[in-house]
Amino acid sequence: MLMIFGYPAPLMFGQLLLGLINGAFYALLSLGLAVIFGMLNIVNFAHGALFMLGAFVAWGLLEFLGIGYWPALILAPIIVGAFGLLLEKTLISRLYKLDHLYGLLLTFGLALIIEGIARNEFGSSGMPYRIPDALQGAMNLGFMFLPVYRGWVVVASAVMCLATWLVIEKTSLGATLRAATENAPLVQAFGINVPRMISLTYAGGVALAAFAGVLAAPIYSVNPNMGSNLIIVVFAVVVIGGMGSILGSIVTGFGLGIIEGLTKVFYPQGSATVIFVVMVIVLLARPAGLFGKNA
Amino acid sequence: MKTSRRALLAASAMGALLPYARAGAQAPTLKLGVLTDMSGPYRDLAGPGSTLSANLAIEEVASSLGVKVEVVSADHQNKPDVGVGVAKQWLDADGVDAILDVANSAVSLAIAGVCKDKDKVFLASGGATSDLTAAACTPNTVHWTYDTYMLARSTGGALVKAGGDSWFFMTADYAFGAALERDVGNFVKSAGGKVVGGVRTPFPGTTDFSSFLLQGQSSGAKILGLANAGTDTINSIKQAKEFGITMKLAGLLVFLTDVHSLGLATAQGIVLSESYYWDLNDGTRAFADRFTKRMPNVRPTMVQAGVYASTLHYLRATAAMGTAKAKASGAAAVAQMKAMPTDDVCFGKGSIRIDGRKIHPSYLFEVKKPSESKAPFDYYKLLATTPANEAFRPLNEGGCPLVKA
Repeated sequence: MLMIFGYPAPLMFGQLLLGLINGAFYALLSLGLAVIFGMLNIVNFAHGALFMLGAFVAWGLLEFLGIGYWPALILAPIIVGAFGLLLEKTLISRLYKLDHLYGLLLTFGLALIIEGIARNEFGSSGMPYRIPDALQGAMNLGFMFLPVYRGWVVVASAVMCLATWLVIEKTSLGATLRAATENAPLVQAFGINVPRMISLTYAGGVALAAFAGVLAAPIYSVNPNMGSNLIIVVFAVVVIGGMGSILGSIVTGFGLGIIEGLTKVFYPQGSATVIFVVMVIVLLARPAGLFGKNA
Repeated sequence: MKTSRRALLAASAMGALLPYARAGAQAPTLKLGVLTDMSGPYRDLAGPGSTLSANLAIEEVASSLGVKVEVVSADHQNKPDVGVGVAKQWLDADGVDAILDVANSAVSLAIAGVCKDKDKVFLASGGATSDLTAAACTPNTVHWTYDTYMLARSTGGALVKAGGDSWFFMTADYAFGAALERDVGNFVKSAGGKVVGGVRTPFPGTTDFSSFLLQGQSSGAKILGLANAGTDTINSIKQAKEFGITMKLAGLLVFLTDVHSLGLATAQGIVLSESYYWDLNDGTRAFADRFTKRMPNVRPTMVQAGVYASTLHYLRATAAMGTAKAKASGAAAVAQMKAMPTDDVCFGKGSIRIDGRKIHPSYLFEVKKPSESKAPFDYYKLLATTPANEAFRPLNEGGCPLVKA
């Protein structure tokens, strides 16, 4: 049998693929964070809670209204996005002129409140959510058994990441958005409603988190802590990729997923810390992150 | 303006002193502190339900025994340093006499030390490690509900007997996982089986176990031993199903709340061990009904039942020896508890050994198929019962210094 670093090749390929799958979640979540930070200059610590909310909305739609996975994939991001819009309009918009720290504190507080309410209502062990029938089963890839659903997660995240990147980098809407972050008064002078644009950007970033939440619902138990377990890693991804860099967060998300996957083979105990080790090294060598623009 | 405010302050200060003046005339008030996981992976199986259980015990016997009891509770966040901080505050400044539950082995071991140093009482229920009555035993600890040895003997023993002679462990990387893996491993080896390997998964913070599951699958072992608990177990079982893992899963510590969260469709067929199940007999059902009346839509776990039963026995012991004496020395209170036989609706009649181990039967269950479940939380079929004198580690094998050879 072919061996890689003393491990059978099929096992290694399997681990690489699993790393890619987890990387897809990191990419999708850090993308939303990067968009919000890049456009609004807000460090959105509530992102994990909103991811969790996405999963809970999907669960609630099924449990109480009988609405299944596919509609939930569209409805949950809209519902949670609308909630994000409300947060932005009533609370976050008041902080744009202040230091980053205020936004961080506010969103962190919001995350604690949202998670606390969910815990009181639903407990901590989580709700069951079935994999949709069309994506049940697994494919035999020769070197491993790939559940169809995990394959779908990678495809869906990759498409979503690409679409977001295209909208922001290649469309006139994205161009206006980028211009508004550089110089809001000037863009406003062209007759564009900048505050509304910023609100919608926040809602969009939040909707991305909720989308990831729905994707995660059938794999992880839908529980109030599911976001806080991920969010710290995702922040590390954003920092490594370069704060606010969209391409950076996508590439780093997938890349770190793979590094973490390999660590789970070579030194399992360290798999929760390896990403932070990478973060330290990157920050020492390139303080602005891998894809960040030096200020 | 100034004088009236001063008068007001003086009046309220006197008002605050009044209850103390009155309490001084009667027996001193006992204070119990429920220190447990209120926000993390073990919240549902212990958490607020443990506080409720302590209160149920107090409501049942406190007035007839003539003792006055107060309950406080706090979250240890699964961090030993946080737990120790709360415990010291409670024992040093707030007048707490006994610490209850402590769902998390690492925090439990730390609290056992603190209670010994301060000569207070530790009634352990949620903590699993069998070290609490072995090397780490103290004259101040009673370990009530279950331990890793009991789980190893009941679940591990049954699976080895059924032909599961090669094991791979997936272990939560802290005191609890290590103790459980060790105790089960010993059983497997002494029964002629072998442990072919294992992985240590970071705790808390691991949500994706698929990588570890595949490593287990490629090890060629027949049994995948899940030496983890709470949401870790839930995610492991869920993902094992997803990845078509063909090994037999041994949920070495699975609680009722985990089965509820997984749903019977996923959890059916899992073999697990508990020392209390709500639907075991009239007594267990009676306690469960009292519990559910106050906390709707859930049934108590064995950890919560253990908090109830240990509180009940502690109150009886303190009433027998006198509250003032019990408050003065935790070790004396625990000695009194060991001297008296135990009796409660959840665990039946039993006793507490010199090493602090509470003795009662353990039960091996299988999770029902969805079609077999007739009512909410009707989840388990009883497979076997291990009698009380065999359920726990023999007294002379633990190495507890309190046991004279």
